[in-house]
Amino acid sequence: MTMMIPPSEETPGAGLAEQELIVPELAEQDSALTAAEAQERGLAPSVKSRSMLRRGWEVFRENKLALASLGLALFMIGFCFLGPLFYHTDQVHTNLENVLCPPSASHPLGCDNVGYDVLGRLMIAGQTSIEVGVAAAVVAVLFGTLYGALAGFVGGPLDSLMMRLVDAGLSIPYITVLIILSVIFHPNKITMIFVIAAFYWLAVARLIRGETLTLRTREYVQAVKVIGGRKSRAITRHIVPNAIGTIIVQGTFAVADAIIILAGLGFLGLGVQPPDTDWGTMLSGGLTYLQSSQSYWWLIYPAGICIILICIAFNFIGDALRDAFETRLQRR
Amino acid sequence: MVGYLIRRIGQAIIVLFIVTVVTLALVHLFPGGPIPALLGPRATVAQVAYYNHLYGFDQPFYLQYIKWVGQILHGNFGYSAKLNISVAALIAQDLPKTIVLVGLGTIVSLAFGIPLGMYQAVHRYTAGDYALTGVAFLGYATPTFFVALLLVEWFAVDTHFFPPFAPQSSSALGVLSQPRALVLPVAAFAFVLFALWSRYMRSSVMDNLVQDYVRTARAKGAGERRVLWGHIFRNSLTSIVTLLGLSLPTLVAGAIFIEVVFNYPGMGLAFYNAALNVDYQVLLGFTVLATVATIVGNLLADIGYAILDPRVRYS
Repeated sequence: MTMMIPPSEETPGAGLAEQELIVPELAEQDSALTAAEAQERGLAPSVKSRSMLRRGWEVFRENKLALASLGLALFMIGFCFLGPLFYHTDQVHTNLENVLCPPSASHPLGCDNVGYDVLGRLMIAGQTSIEVGVAAAVVAVLFGTLYGALAGFVGGPLDSLMMRLVDAGLSIPYITVLIILSVIFHPNKITMIFVIAAFYWLAVARLIRGETLTLRTREYVQAVKVIGGRKSRAITRHIVPNAIGTIIVQGTFAVADAIIILAGLGFLGLGVQPPDTDWGTMLSGGLTYLQSSQSYWWLIYPAGICIILICIAFNFIGDALRDAFETRLQRR
Repeated sequence: MVGYLIRRIGQAIIVLFIVTVVTLALVHLFPGGPIPALLGPRATVAQVAYYNHLYGFDQPFYLQYIKWVGQILHGNFGYSAKLNISVAALIAQDLPKTIVLVGLGTIVSLAFGIPLGMYQAVHRYTAGDYALTGVAFLGYATPTFFVALLLVEWFAVDTHFFPPFAPQSSSALGVLSQPRALVLPVAAFAFVLFALWSRYMRSSVMDNLVQDYVRTARAKGAGERRVLWGHIFRNSLTSIVTLLGLSLPTLVAGAIFIEVVFNYPGMGLAFYNAALNVDYQVLLGFTVLATVATIVGNLLADIGYAILDPRVRYS
């Protein structure tokens, strides 16, 4: 049976990677095999032992595009979190004198419809976008990994039941669930994290379950069972660490996806509520003034470009990480 | 194959059961329950109790579920108290218009995405390939609503080429009769999907280019055009057909965002307004309908894959 993660525009990585998805698993198997063999024979690798993360970083470092993306991501994070320390703006009190003022020396990117400085607003909106994006990705990946690993490792009827639940979740078009959940829970940063994670963990669980199915037949996992180790130990100490490459790659894409999802909900007015804002919420303000005769371009471009930049950065980082974890065998 | 089909349909039914239970349970999560959400904060306890009884919310959950599923099977999706129209009538009114938007957008995106994906695969690692890859990456990273906003900004506000609003009409024919107003919504939809098709087509064609049958065709003296369109094109389409079946959630999301930006009078906009008004019957009905469509789409994708690719044998 074909196993496919339903593609969605919110999962750019998944779409691109569909063909390549199989490859990391194979690489994972090989490395697991060699590691197991080495353990079996009591041999230490001839080269000075380096951690998987270390080797991954060495491959990653040689990828110029990935380094540039990492730089871009760090720049955006610095812009949002350190920017307000240097560029002071009042993002609490509305200022009706400045409503929709065009860019000028005192307001480099103009002001929005209640007189907030757009450049300063971009920074605090970015804080929300990045915080929620990263936190939602972490929650979704953590839960999805444990769920998927448990289902794959236990197998049998429990696996079937757990995966049917995932199938069911993935069959509901995600946007409808997200909209309903945002209506139910008063949207703020914390609830948005869990609303996004509540949908996103499903795809992670399916992926990790597939990974676990190949890992659980490895000798070293069988050995745990033979020497009387508990299932929880096999999962947390052997399965998950060996799937860490897939998990990290998925987590990176998840950040980009979560930021886009949050922006989408914010754009619909169902995301974080004022005085909080995120890049998508800023854009929804732009929509209101778009249809007027004059063009208020500073309400649209800055926030939109920020979303695109951070998503491109995280997607390229994710791609490079996948390459890094795939090719680590040859790099030894 | 028959055994596989039966098992696959059985799975789909189980999934459908879980989804409907979860969806109905969601209704009870509305602040204060569905009836207070509907009546507003000033409803009295007696009114809430009356409507709870009227709508059967005072019964055990499993009875509510059975009654609700029974109604849906009879085509009764409930009644929108806010719009004073039955949900089934709302669907009948808005669904054709959304199908027009989604259908046109998908056709346009396929018409661009497939040839360009093939071009990229044939001329891989050239400047043209990299440029199109860049466009596709932009398509992935750009939220649908931002694409729509940009199109309005460029082609409606700045240049007045097209109207910024979608056609306003109560029927699909009325919508189709205003093609100028349809251009921007369809274009926004197509751009988002285009990236998806072209990436898949590129990797699919690249996989096929190294297959033995291509070498055989070339060895027999088939021209490049014949190899490409007569042999590779057909074999590469299988992945696109599968993808079409799996892309329904994407289409639903696209429809909601684009309909909101352009004020396009379809299901997406109706769903969005229902969310703002906490019109739970509409939310429930539309979600179930979209979910059934998704499950059927997945099923068709699996079956279509098996029919189109004789190498696939399900056991």
